[in-house]
Amino acid sequence: MNHSHPELAEQFVKDAERTTWHDETLWFVRQKRDRSIYAIPEFQELRELASQIKNHTLSRLHTYLTQFEEAARANGVQVHWAANAEEHNAIVLNILRKHGAERIVKSKSMLTEECHLNPYLLQHGIQVVDTDLGERIIQFRNEPPSHVVLPAIHLKKEDVGETFHLHLGTLKGEKDPQTLTEAARLHLRTKFVSGQVAISGVNFAVAETGSVVVCTNEGNADLGVTLAKVHIACMGIEKLIPRLTDLGVFTRLLARSATGQPVTTYTSHYTKPGPGKEMHIVIVDNGRTKQLGRPDFRASLKCIRCGACMNTCPVYRRSGGHSYDFTIPGPIGAILSPNIDMHKHKSLPFASTLCGSCTDVCPVKIDIHTQLYKWRQVIGENNELPASKKWSMKLLSRVLSSPGVYGWGGKVARESLRLLPHGFTHAKALNPWAKAREMPAPPKQSFREWYEQQNSNGKA
Amino acid sequence: MKVALFVPCYVDQFYPQVGVASLQLLEKLGVKADFPMQQTCCGQPMANSGCERDAVPVYQHFVKTFRDYDYVVAPAGSCVYHVRKHFDIIDQTTEVQHVRTNTLELVDFITTVLGVTEIPGSFPHKVGLHLSCHGQRGLHQANESEITPVRDGQLRRLLSSLQGIELTELDRNDECCGFGGTFCVAEEAVSARMGQDRVQDHVRNGTQVLTGGDMSCLMHLEGIVRRRQLGIKVMHAAELLNGNPV
Ligand code: SF4
Repeated sequence: MNHSHPELAEQFVKDAERTTWHDETLWFVRQKRDRSIYAIPEFQELRELASQIKNHTLSRLHTYLTQFEEAARANGVQVHWAANAEEHNAIVLNILRKHGAERIVKSKSMLTEECHLNPYLLQHGIQVVDTDLGERIIQFRNEPPSHVVLPAIHLKKEDVGETFHLHLGTLKGEKDPQTLTEAARLHLRTKFVSGQVAISGVNFAVAETGSVVVCTNEGNADLGVTLAKVHIACMGIEKLIPRLTDLGVFTRLLARSATGQPVTTYTSHYTKPGPGKEMHIVIVDNGRTKQLGRPDFRASLKCIRCGACMNTCPVYRRSGGHSYDFTIPGPIGAILSPNIDMHKHKSLPFASTLCGSCTDVCPVKIDIHTQLYKWRQVIGENNELPASKKWSMKLLSRVLSSPGVYGWGGKVARESLRLLPHGFTHAKALNPWAKAREMPAPPKQSFREWYEQQNSNGKA
Repeated sequence: MKVALFVPCYVDQFYPQVGVASLQLLEKLGVKADFPMQQTCCGQPMANSGCERDAVPVYQHFVKTFRDYDYVVAPAGSCVYHVRKHFDIIDQTTEVQHVRTNTLELVDFITTVLGVTEIPGSFPHKVGLHLSCHGQRGLHQANESEITPVRDGQLRRLLSSLQGIELTELDRNDECCGFGGTFCVAEEAVSARMGQDRVQDHVRNGTQVLTGGDMSCLMHLEGIVRRRQLGIKVMHAAELLNGNPV
């Protein structure tokens, strides 16, 4: 399978109409975000505060993790530590086995996606149902999410209608969102009721209280957890915030940045198991401490997964989440992925114009585009660039550090463009620029030639 | 005040009129700028491709060429941003620091150093302004639509002072055009699509002359305009401010 972003993106862009729709849908979300943040005068202060809290927490992660674990245990919660995806999956399976659970409900968690928990549990004979509507749709289709907040945003309502027709027996050609949602709701109800264990993600983990906070709009996490006997909350180590009073800063930023809502419909706090019930928290590293140890990329761990950088990214909007071929797509995914597998994801830091919109939109002030630029250098130094690029850049450097060669080279290029037939200079196979664009019309004189002439005429 | 004009490589080769307009505009504003013949490029193409190390000799050459000037002025926000932000990998001698802090984009120089806020002249056309990301988000020359509170943009203000000019209101004020240096060939499909969308916004809103502070974005947009034979004229802002005819 090909993982390169340009090729996957090219496939996406070929469907011009779908690209337009994808771009406009996400831009609409971005505009909703703008309206809601313009309405808060202190928005920049909030961002700064959130950024500082996260920086502080990351600088003492060990202390806060320990504090969190102690508080959670004191609340009667069982805490587990997983160094990687395999350990995480094994821990979850173990808990399920202990309870003889065969059917579980899960509310959206990018972490379990990252660990490929679903296929793992299926292999072990356990039925997993994603209860978030978007997640459920892509689960039916056997696709990964294409966005962290809007996992099925790559699908139009016609696609959803077709999927539900196949899996839920709705009428063929049905595409009314209301009807489709109703069908999904009925279907999910039965799953909630029969779910023996509920797995949820974690948006924030409060060190001081040992509780975890989950933000949803559908209330599905609550429903799942309330009905099941056992709750397993899975979180990455970077989800920590120090105190309960810090939470408000983040909940105000999260929903606004994500969808333009003042706050998510449900912000659920889970602190201790209900009577006769069990609560587990699985704390996962899976490459995060490695990223913490890379000073240039450490700040990427501040991410609260609002998805705003995806909505704003002009490249993401026109290439779709799947073109990134990583659990977290978009600009932030492009700085998280090389940490996990530099070779596989080497094209992602280049899937950006470095316009900086991601950095400006990020509620926790991650310098995303700067990190993309830095990853490019790391990738170059690790010999992961195509040989053609590597050598052409070396050659270019020689040309550009010697004015004589540069002047001559420029002239040759310009003259060839002028003299060679258009069909040759614009051959699509030789010149990717020319697939959709004309080359600049070459002038007779370069600026320096003009300047020299002026000088010799004694005018300049 | 000793001022040097830096004309980026592609402007030198393909858009000499932009260099000429910049020089003449500065002269009208009372600044006689030199053009050191030794100059080549800022090194951005290599650096953005992940070959920053290869760009070091080019950085050194840039500093050597311009170290004796009070200001280095360029009609290209992207190159200026590169010099200011990414020349951090070479030894930070006083010379290097001097060149980095005193390399300015043309409109920025006119606005902040010369303190000019109005340019005499007229340009009775419907003008669409392309806000280039590096100038706007990198050098903060205009308000970023992501950031509050809303600020005025340097170039918009200067252009508005021209008589008879009508500025296009775009649906997306500051969306990236998709040029992105080597991105334009490495990610050709997305780059072209972004450029087409950008141009379409101008077409929809009636732009006759498309302008901006960065010739690299304009080169890309012009390539699309010409391929589609849209009849929009693409000109660098220096040309408009200098009173060049359409
Ligand atoms: S990087 Fe920033 S904008 Fe992107 S998802 Fe994370 S918090 Fe949101």
